[in-house]
Amino acid sequence: MSNPGSLNIAAASLDAVKDRIDGGPRGPRPRKRISRRNIFIYGTLLVVAIYYLVPLYVMLVTSLKGMPEIRLGNIFSPPVEITFQPWVKAWAEACTGLNCDGLSRGFWNSVRITIPSVVLSIAVASVNGYALANWRFRGADVFFTILIFGAFIPYQVMLYPIVIILREMGLYGSLWGLVLVHTIFGMPILTLLFRNYFTSLPEELFKAARVDGAGFWSIYFRIMLPMSLPIFVVAMILQVTGIWNDFLFGVIYTKPDTYPMTVQLNNIVNSVQGVKEYNVNMAATLLTGVVPLVIYFISGKLFVRGIAAGAVKG
Amino acid sequence: MESVSIRDVSLSFGAVHVLEKLNLDVREGEFLVLLGPSGCGKSTLLNCIAGLLDVSDGQIFIKDRNVTWEQPKDRGIGMVFQSYALYPQMTVEGNLSFGLKNQRLPGDDIRARIDRASKILQIEPLLNRKPAQLSGGQRQRVAIGRALVRDVDVFLFDEPLSNLDAKLRSELRVEIKRLHQKLDNTMIYVTHDQIEALTLADRIAVMKGGVIQQLDEPLTIYNRPRNLFVAGFIGSPAMNFLAGAVVKSGHGHAFRAGGHEIALDGYEPDTAIVEAPDALLGVRPEHVEINREAGANGAVSFPATVDLEEPMGADSLVWISLGDQTLSARVESSRRFRRGDTVHVCFNIPMASLFDAKSEIRM
Amino acid sequence: MARDGRPLQLFRNLNAKIAAIPMIFTAVVIFAGGTIWTVVYSFTDSKLLPRLRWVGLDQYDRLWNTSRWIISIENLMIYGVFSLVFSLVIGFVLAALLDQKIRFENTFRTIFLYPFALSFIVTGLVWQWILNPDFGVQSVIRDLGWESFTFDPLYTADIVIYGILIAGLWQGTGLIMCLMLAGLRGIDEDVWKAARVDGIPIWKTYLFIIIPMMRPVFITTLVLIASGIVRVYDLVVAQTSGGPGIASEVPAKYVYDKMFLGQNLAQGFAGSTMMLLTVLIVLIPWAYLEFGGKRRV
Repeated sequence: MSNPGSLNIAAASLDAVKDRIDGGPRGPRPRKRISRRNIFIYGTLLVVAIYYLVPLYVMLVTSLKGMPEIRLGNIFSPPVEITFQPWVKAWAEACTGLNCDGLSRGFWNSVRITIPSVVLSIAVASVNGYALANWRFRGADVFFTILIFGAFIPYQVMLYPIVIILREMGLYGSLWGLVLVHTIFGMPILTLLFRNYFTSLPEELFKAARVDGAGFWSIYFRIMLPMSLPIFVVAMILQVTGIWNDFLFGVIYTKPDTYPMTVQLNNIVNSVQGVKEYNVNMAATLLTGVVPLVIYFISGKLFVRGIAAGAVKG
Repeated sequence: MESVSIRDVSLSFGAVHVLEKLNLDVREGEFLVLLGPSGCGKSTLLNCIAGLLDVSDGQIFIKDRNVTWEQPKDRGIGMVFQSYALYPQMTVEGNLSFGLKNQRLPGDDIRARIDRASKILQIEPLLNRKPAQLSGGQRQRVAIGRALVRDVDVFLFDEPLSNLDAKLRSELRVEIKRLHQKLDNTMIYVTHDQIEALTLADRIAVMKGGVIQQLDEPLTIYNRPRNLFVAGFIGSPAMNFLAGAVVKSGHGHAFRAGGHEIALDGYEPDTAIVEAPDALLGVRPEHVEINREAGANGAVSFPATVDLEEPMGADSLVWISLGDQTLSARVESSRRFRRGDTVHVCFNIPMASLFDAKSEIRM
Repeated sequence: MARDGRPLQLFRNLNAKIAAIPMIFTAVVIFAGGTIWTVVYSFTDSKLLPRLRWVGLDQYDRLWNTSRWIISIENLMIYGVFSLVFSLVIGFVLAALLDQKIRFENTFRTIFLYPFALSFIVTGLVWQWILNPDFGVQSVIRDLGWESFTFDPLYTADIVIYGILIAGLWQGTGLIMCLMLAGLRGIDEDVWKAARVDGIPIWKTYLFIIIPMMRPVFITTLVLIASGIVRVYDLVVAQTSGGPGIASEVPAKYVYDKMFLGQNLAQGFAGSTMMLLTVLIVLIPWAYLEFGGKRRV
């Protein structure tokens, strides 16, 4: 922290993991361009890359074929005749139970769940992490330890008590109930993330602000927040993908009307009635995956930072 | 009138006692330096005075007001930090005005204070810049300015120059001293750099292990260290310590080491010289005189051998062996010595310090 | 001690305490309270609604005499061991390959990690399609002329769990690779120089120097994978719905079905308590190793 006045400080003190990843390779340097060693390395990586890419490719081509073509051809061949009909059907017409308005309902439910969940969980966890980092009070560590331990406990042991609590609050089955659940289960990892980040900021800055007469909230909003944009972005990526991809909480704490996209997708694809329309299924699957995929490809390194920070303890 | 009074202040984190029943009175307008090695509790004490740490026991008074449990902002202090601690997202002006805005001062008042402070510190052209665009020296000036605009009674400095390079450090040192002369505020200054302490302080409090070892004017600390720790900590190159015994000799006392007997005539005792089987004679290198011939200046001298010569520019440090003990002597650099040379050593006893080896207290 | 207006401890730092209320509530009521509640009610005969009529260990007795639960546990063990071993090995090898000062490192990394952005539902459905015996891999290879080729994990009870494993590994190894890569990059470059000066072959350097140095990373990934394994649920639901028959059931699904579909709450509680126990067996030694002697910063 020799240079805390610098604006880079916020970016520089992000967790060590991504710095290491960005720090450049450390392995032995290859000697020649084309050597047996290089062929082996690139060959292996290429084969593995193909394995990783195949499902995405299969999803895409299947969703663009008509059913007759799927029955005749093989799943890896590109579509002869491109049709967007499966996409339209998946979005607007596919049936789950009695509703036949497609995945769009689930999509909008997911949006309505994700946005407040992300905002609420980040707001709560960042303030909490800030309190833990800068305003330590007696007993805080005990609660924090329980919280972190809670991140590893199987959710299954808490599912039913939460049902009871939500029912008592009158929120069981509603979107807001699910928002609350996401806020609760997002808390351990986010609190850890924010606590570690705020701890890494120079303490003297906090002290200076206190001498300057700023209080708890004033320091949080005026000093800490402006320096912490990167970590908020990381937390946002972490939460948007996590909540969008959730299935278990969605299926338990909402009703069919308010099912998030993943639950609805599973109901469409795995419904036993009717003829299987594989192209529609794949279009629906791809539609559900699009949001996190777009976030992943746009955010790039920040996504890596997010999961690495979440996984390795900051 | 005392500006800052610390009464029996203790602070412990669990089983670790950082401060132990510490008492300290800082006079109005005084420049007091807290000096000590890292971990001695000097920064902790400063943080307690600022109200950034809660004390475990004891009380703190600023201007005769008990502020032990008051918020930092209500104590009438300004603080300057080692890492400057400027708010990176605000301009210099924003940094200076942040505290004033928190006090809800009227805009004109804020303007006037910033004008005055930036004039004093010559940072007027920087007001619209962000901290990242400033050099280290400029940043520290702004940090001082932030304390200045608060118009407080007491300034607290927490190692403010440690992050600067040597040249800037000496420049800003002079500037801080000037600032003190101009403002006449009370300043409490924490450092581990003894040069800073000796040059800046009206009084120095040397700390170790959460306890103040000695509180005195710089030259008293330098010349008459109260105990072995202070003697060894202050002064560079460090003080020589000869191990031996204090014995009676004639009508006075003498220090006996390795068969030599050094008369203690002219020694200025703190208490009184008493016989001691285990004692240490502390002599600063500049008070060790070496000559080619015995009795060159009429003093009693002892033969010794030169081990090593360290030229330091204006003078040189010559390491010599006296019996089985090693000493350093400071000589003009024009005088050259070589390994193996035989020299004659005599000591400036009035400037020396005698310690009991057990209690480590100066006699 | 409390003299001269020392303020009450409760009100010192009040804002921070208020800010921590959600955390305290979550930790105490939901995590600790909820867990204890479930464990307590697993000793009752709650059916549709929870009620405190004690039946001792009956629920556990029944649990371990239910073939569906036994199969669930077996599946979890197979899935667990294989996904642990393969994730670590594949993750490490990929990371080591990416760490060879290669070109397109970012591209490869992006490709290996993207499945992690997808949900288990999406993962399960894609692999259900790829492994579909009539249209997927099996049919494609048969069409190429190898008529007798058989690869139909999702409809073969004996190997269905391996079909799920393939999908699970596809989704998760990217993350492990990333953590391993971070671990590799965290090792001082001088270690490599020293090994090269000493003439130690590369594979030996990895095996005897680098991997031991990466112990913390391995332990973290291990805990991460392990706690993920116990939770496997969505993937199975999407890919096989537990079929064929009950061949690919897992504990999390058993618990869900008993609690929310089977109206047999206490069975669900007993099952989830067993899951908790499994996690604790992994977690406690790790927590002890990690935080045992020294306090964490």
